[in-house]
Amino acid sequence: MRVAEAWRVALDALRANRLRSVLTMLGVVIGVAAVVALVGIGTGTKGQIEQQVEGLGSNLLLVVPGRLEAGSAPAASTMTLDDVEAVARVVGDRDRVAATIASGETVRAGSRSAFASMQGVLDNTPTVFVRRLDRGSYLTRTDVTTGRRVAVLGAGTATTLFGDRDPIGRQITIGGVRFRVIGTFERLGQSLGVDRDSEVHVPVTAAQRLLGTERIDGLAIRAPDRERINQLSTAVVDTLTERHPDSDFSAVTQEQILGVLGDILGVLTGVLAAIAGISLLVGGVGVSNIMLVSVRERTREIGLRKAVGARPRDIGVQFLLEAVLLTTIGGVLGMALGVTAALLVDALSPVPAAITWWSLALAFGVSAIVGIIFGVVPAQRAGRLDPVVALRTE
Amino acid sequence: MTAAIVATGVSRTYDLDGVSVPALRGVSLTIEPGDYLAIVGTSGSGKSTLMHLLGGLDRPTGGTLLIGGRDVSGLTPGEMAKLRNETIGFVFQSFHLLARTTARDNVALPLVYRGIGRRERRARATEMLGRVGLSHRVDHRPNQMSGGEQQRVAIARALVTGPSVLLADEPTGNLDSATGQSVLALLESLNAEGVAVVLVTHDREVAARAEHQIVMRDGLIVSEADA
Repeated sequence: MRVAEAWRVALDALRANRLRSVLTMLGVVIGVAAVVALVGIGTGTKGQIEQQVEGLGSNLLLVVPGRLEAGSAPAASTMTLDDVEAVARVVGDRDRVAATIASGETVRAGSRSAFASMQGVLDNTPTVFVRRLDRGSYLTRTDVTTGRRVAVLGAGTATTLFGDRDPIGRQITIGGVRFRVIGTFERLGQSLGVDRDSEVHVPVTAAQRLLGTERIDGLAIRAPDRERINQLSTAVVDTLTERHPDSDFSAVTQEQILGVLGDILGVLTGVLAAIAGISLLVGGVGVSNIMLVSVRERTREIGLRKAVGARPRDIGVQFLLEAVLLTTIGGVLGMALGVTAALLVDALSPVPAAITWWSLALAFGVSAIVGIIFGVVPAQRAGRLDPVVALRTE
Repeated sequence: MTAAIVATGVSRTYDLDGVSVPALRGVSLTIEPGDYLAIVGTSGSGKSTLMHLLGGLDRPTGGTLLIGGRDVSGLTPGEMAKLRNETIGFVFQSFHLLARTTARDNVALPLVYRGIGRRERRARATEMLGRVGLSHRVDHRPNQMSGGEQQRVAIARALVTGPSVLLADEPTGNLDSATGQSVLALLESLNAEGVAVVLVTHDREVAARAEHQIVMRDGLIVSEADA
């Protein structure tokens, strides 16, 4: 039998049982849609986070207390502003070394309040982290040295506290202490469901006084050039270890962060795809089931076809194509549904989604393979039917 | 001319749950081109088993069976299918037409398995429907046709491959007597054109029209008679 003819017969058989075919396909449609949508969301999230980390620049070095190893607990920082000076001498440019002390605080303006991440920082933070202001100005070196109580608001915090009003020059309180707003940041958006615009930058000295501590949580260094970044990393960690012999310090580059994040998000995407894959498998079992029913129902037809000259292979191919047709049509519909779902999620929620060609090709390929795998047994059963018995079946 | 089918001491034993049940116990029979033969017998006499063997749907458990000059004992199911396609035409009591398929495509079905293209299949099927007097029913489906018409479609399907033997299993069993007569007349006219016709029936009146009669009982041929 010619293949074109076999396709026609298979399509005809599916058409004859339209409702049943559609319901059988539904399992595959849902499975493929789930794979495409979830992989899309996983890929999109990964892409967004990588983009954000890349936005930090390839020559950024983050220095934190403790060891950055799987399973190690976060260490309490022993670093102070003196360490920042020492590291700045190693780097040779104090404008390239940013320091941070962070704490979650309630910020109030009049009757409104917002929970925000208070960042005690140096005046060089916008250059090291590449942050742009929306209004006003940033902290000055004098603000930092004198511990002046001035604040730069993240876009989210500014909106929550002041709505459409201009916050510049207004009073806010952080942990009950009064600060004056001197600037606001441009909006950053969200990542992994975290609002990055809920923050308040204040001079590190003011923050330390507010929190009653001398510590610094971490350093960020913008290295002069990429090539020497590992060398610089070692020098900085050595300097800090020399000053604090009992503490560990770690320096990580953007590449290392990307590597770790990439691994985590890759696993996450894989797990999502695997869960969705299970529903595809269930859909495949449904196809197998219906094909067995179909073989039984059409036993007489199989007998007749054999009597007029169909070989076991002809019959087997016919039923196999029917199963493959079910799953590939289901696969195409599932891809359409999955892409639509991913695009809707991307458009209507903060979760990003990206459709990749490989995930579509994979979903289609897998649905065809599911058809073959789950169609083989019914097809073999049909092909091996004894024509005498098949013809006698009522 | 070589015989279309030669059966020599053919037997067929079924194995039903470990019990062997002989359905055919040594039957010898030759069908020559142009023969008109009736196999008569009651239910359980072995006539259906014999017909399945003669049609290459089944293989004997004993004796030798040549169809179209080939010994079927060594053939694979695929080769048997090819042999049926080339040598035998089947007509069944219950017509066995594909329900959702037009008369023309039903008739063309054996040509599908011969690997003939759609256009030629349709042309040959249409021509064959003309020969059985159904030129006006080409695009009708089985449920739009009478029983007699359906059986004519089945006969056209049996003939479309140009077989040497036409095996008809109770071809008039589901038809009223007038329609049955016309179907028999059609088979006879085809026989006159050179196709061997084998009628399997329990109806003695139908069998009486054949040139030769074979009466079967308990898996054996008990009498042979020429008309």
